[in-house]
Amino acid sequence: MTAPTTPSQTVGPYLHIGLPWPDGPFAAAEGSPGGVWIRGVLTDGAGAPIGDGLVETWQADPDGRFDHPDDPRGAVARPGFRGFGRCPTDAEGRFAVYTLKPGPVPSHLGLQAPHIDVSVFARGMLNRTVTRIYFPDEPEANAADPVLGSIASEAARATLVAEPAEDGYRFDIRLQGEGETVFFNI
Amino acid sequence: MSEPLTPEAPAAPPPVLGYLRDREVHPPLDYPGYRSTALRHPRRRLKVLPHLLTEVTGPLLGEDRIGELDNDLTRQHDGEPQGQRIIVHGQVRDGDGAPVPHTLIEIWQANAGGRYRHTGDNWPSPLDPNFTGVGRTLTDDQGRYRFTTIRPGAYPWRNHDNAWRPAHIHFSLFGRAFTQRLVTQMYFPGDPLFFQDPMWNSIPDPDARERLVARFDYGSTEEEWALAYEWDIVLRGRESTVFEDEIALEDDDE
Ligand SMILES: [Fe+2]
Repeated sequence: MTAPTTPSQTVGPYLHIGLPWPDGPFAAAEGSPGGVWIRGVLTDGAGAPIGDGLVETWQADPDGRFDHPDDPRGAVARPGFRGFGRCPTDAEGRFAVYTLKPGPVPSHLGLQAPHIDVSVFARGMLNRTVTRIYFPDEPEANAADPVLGSIASEAARATLVAEPAEDGYRFDIRLQGEGETVFFNI
Repeated sequence: MSEPLTPEAPAAPPPVLGYLRDREVHPPLDYPGYRSTALRHPRRRLKVLPHLLTEVTGPLLGEDRIGELDNDLTRQHDGEPQGQRIIVHGQVRDGDGAPVPHTLIEIWQANAGGRYRHTGDNWPSPLDPNFTGVGRTLTDDQGRYRFTTIRPGAYPWRNHDNAWRPAHIHFSLFGRAFTQRLVTQMYFPGDPLFFQDPMWNSIPDPDARERLVARFDYGSTEEEWALAYEWDIVLRGRESTVFEDEIALEDDDE
């Protein structure tokens, strides 16, 4: 017997008082060797920046491992690496997370290319949306990735691949309309 | 040290157990009654994401996120806030009835007059110098949590004519997996504003709406101190077997 779950509600316009943490954007400790910034802009269906949103990220470590008991290979703690990032958007819709590039992650569907799971919250969203960030310097792994491979449209697939940037990567999130990011039913 | 990974290309590991999908419980992303959804919902159909390792794991955040007074919103300033002091407590469980222990809960809310301590909230109701309206706690080993706060007031907004939000407390939960992440709102029993609230009405199943309403808990009131409300939260449960239709990815639906 399964109990029915509690429904989602919007974070509303005032999430900035409750959810941001001073160290939220640091999925990896500041100054970690190999650390990269993933920066982006969150926009709506009119192309306008969303200034009252929140972006969260969750990912494997550079070896493709998780500090979690449900990883059947065993939990691996990596000092200075939380794997979780959280950043509110600013008035221009910008967010940034500092992290280490994840390693490939095994699955029964085949080896997954390095990726980061993303949740997007905002006023006007009654539930989060979920997407994934892939990396532009992994063309072969991306080509073999079972999740990317399930998306038929090349243009749609491309919305999940970050662009190289000076201090890391750029990954914009478009909630609706032209260049709309692929979002997942999770 | 961790076990070294097998150097030769390993056989694909067996599937991991995913979490039960519960999309029908939640409001749709496109809900015209809540006007701000119009430009903030994806038009493309959501793509089914199988639950693989990144989805069945998640951040297990601990005591380092919590300050000593974070679960008592009435003691975060020199003086006491205005309003009715209340205890809000309950249990976090998953769909199988198992408690979700040691998981982070974050809350934020308006003050007794319905005003948030936020630069964007300017309606003519006063701020309370003794109330921030932000709390955090970890559930205990039985999944139980407890906050002391004041009962928030209703507040107006501009979604429709004479629109008022029913009194509510915003809740954010992590559970133990990325798939279990939940942000929601707790309401109070018998609120007369539900009928005109699009957040409330956006939940398709009326029974599911009621799961957002706390129970007045006379047994947990503290004499000459605080009233009490009990609110249990149910996060998604785990599959007991790997469903055949999730072993392969769904065909693309574009
Ligand atoms: Fe609110």
